[in-house]
Amino acid sequence: MGHILVVGELAPDGSLTKLSTEVATLGRSLAEASGTTVHGVVFATGGASAAATAAMDELLAFVDTASIDERATDGDTVAPVAAAVSTDVADVDVVLLPATPNGRDIAGALSALTGLGVLANATGARWSADGPVVEMSAFGGKLITDSVFTQGRGIITVRPNAVTAAPRATAGTRSETPATSAPTLAPVRVVDRVEEGAAAVSIDDARIIVSGGRGVAGPEGFRLVEDLAAALGGAVGATRAAVDSGWIAYSQQIGQTGKIVKPQLYLALGISGAIQHKVGMQTSGAIVAVNRDADAPIAEFADLFIVGDLFEVGPALLTALRARPD
Amino acid sequence: MHIVVLMKPVPDPASAGERLGPDGRLDRAAVPAVINGNDEYALEAALKLIEAAGEGEVTVLAMAPASAPETIRKALAMGATRGVLVTDPALEGSCTVSTTRVLAAALKTLEFDIAIAGVDTSDGQAGVVPAGIAALNGLPYLSYAAKIEPDVAAGTVRVRRISPSGYDVLEAPMPALISGTQALGEPRYPSLKGIMGARSKEVRTVSLADLGLGGESVGGAVATTRVIGSRAPESRAATRVVRDNPDEAARQIVDFLAERRLI
Repeated sequence: MGHILVVGELAPDGSLTKLSTEVATLGRSLAEASGTTVHGVVFATGGASAAATAAMDELLAFVDTASIDERATDGDTVAPVAAAVSTDVADVDVVLLPATPNGRDIAGALSALTGLGVLANATGARWSADGPVVEMSAFGGKLITDSVFTQGRGIITVRPNAVTAAPRATAGTRSETPATSAPTLAPVRVVDRVEEGAAAVSIDDARIIVSGGRGVAGPEGFRLVEDLAAALGGAVGATRAAVDSGWIAYSQQIGQTGKIVKPQLYLALGISGAIQHKVGMQTSGAIVAVNRDADAPIAEFADLFIVGDLFEVGPALLTALRARPD
Repeated sequence: MHIVVLMKPVPDPASAGERLGPDGRLDRAAVPAVINGNDEYALEAALKLIEAAGEGEVTVLAMAPASAPETIRKALAMGATRGVLVTDPALEGSCTVSTTRVLAAALKTLEFDIAIAGVDTSDGQAGVVPAGIAALNGLPYLSYAAKIEPDVAAGTVRVRRISPSGYDVLEAPMPALISGTQALGEPRYPSLKGIMGARSKEVRTVSLADLGLGGESVGGAVATTRVIGSRAPESRAATRVVRDNPDEAARQIVDFLAERRLI
C-alpha cells in the first residue's frame, strides 16, 4: 500500500494557507484509517527559502513527514510543480491538493501525466476497502454524492472547510526528498505581479464572509460591507452583479462562475439569492440576510432573514458589534 | 490569427432539474443543454480578439453527445467560424482523464495560435481538463485569465491571471492554451444575421477512430472514477424572519451570532 501525499500551498506572505492545513488533516485521517503514512510537500522557488522552511514546519504539525521540493523555478507558474509531483507518485495512493486555482492546475497536469483520476472539490473523504470514498456536492448543492476511484487510487482536490484543521499530538519529521529529474512542461513566465488596492482577505480561508449584491448599489456601499467584515473578522464577498458593475474584484465573487464557499457565517447584504449565487454559498454554516424585498429567494434558505434597508440595518449592526465588550 | 475555443454543452444550471441517472452518471437528457458559462466568456474573448485583429478564424471544439450541434450552432451564431464535434457512443460516461485525452488529441488536428477554454464547467466543476490538455500537448498553460493580449509580431501572448490580491501578468510563446473566467467580459447575444448565417456554417463530426483513439484508452468503460451513492443534503432549519426597526434588527443579529458562538 502506498502512502498519501499532501501538496501544501503558500499564501502570498509565504505562510501555509489555512486550507492546506485542512487538506493535511484530511490526508492524515485517511492515512490513519488505511494504516499508511501521510507525507506533505511544499514547493519553493529557487531554493529552500526561510518562508518555505517555515511553511514546511507548519505542515509538519499535521502530517507524518514533510519536505521542501526545490524543483519549482523562480518566476514560473504551476507547470514545474505538476511535473515534479508526477515523478513521485509511483508509491502514492492518494494525492490531496487544495481546490484553488493553483491546486486545480497542478491536479489537471498531474492527472494527465500519470493517468490518475481526479475527484474534485471534495467536501469530505473516508477510507473503505475500495480506497478513498470522496464526498462531493453536485448540481449546486442539490445533491451530495459519494465517489471512488475505480483503481482505488487517484487525486483529490479539497474545498475549504471540508474538515476542521487538527494538528497531530506530536509534530511529524522532516524528510529529504531526493530531487529526481522531472518531465519538462512548457514554461510560462511571470512578467509582473500586480496588487489591486489593499490585499483582500481570501474568501477561501474565511470563517466569516460578509457579502454584497446589487442592493449595495455602488462602490461606496461596499465600504459598509468592508466595515462589517472588518468588525466580524471576516472576508468580503460579492455577487456577480456587483463584480460586473465594477464595485469589487472578481477574486471575491461567490457563485456559479465564481468561488464556492462554506464559511461558518455568511452575511448577505442586498443579495436576492438567485440560483447562480445560491450554489456558491448555500452550504455555509449560518446564513444571515438583509434585504428590503421580503419575497427575495434568499428568504427561503437563510437562517435569519432581516426585512429592511441594508443602509439602515448595516450601520446599526456595526454600532452594536463595536459596542460589544471584547 | 486562429483561435480554438473548447466548449462544453452542459445541463442548464438555471433549469434546476439536473439529476443523476440510475448508473450514477449525469442524466444529460433530463434538462436542455446550454453552452457552459465560462466557455461563453472564452468564446466572447476569442471573437473580440479576431475583431480587433481584423482577420482570423474561431473554431469551436466540443466533445459531447451527437445531439450537441444545437449548442454549437449557438456558438456559430455568436460569430464562431466553424465547429468540430468529437462524438462517439464509447465516450458516454467519460471521466476527466478521458475527456482530457480526447480533447488533446482533437486539438492536435487543428491549427491555432491560441486555444481558450472556460476554467471549469458548471456540471462537473473540476477545472482540471485545460491544464491536462496543455500537459499532454506540450502547450504553455495560462490559466484564470481576466484579459488576453496576443502580440502577433512577437509570437507571444500575455494573460492577466487572477490572483488573490490582484493579478499576475503571464507570458508565453504561441501556440498556447488559456483558461478564461467571467472577467473576460459579458458574452454577446447572437444577432438575427448571425443566427441565419450559422445555418450554413460547417460543423464537422469526428469519431474516436478518426482521432486514432480506442475504447481501451478512453471512454466510459475505462473511467477512473465512479459515483457509488448519492443523497439529498440535510435541509436547513426554517428561516426566522425579522421585520423590526434597524436597531432592534441589529440586536437580533448580534444575539443570533452570539448564540452560534460566531462572535
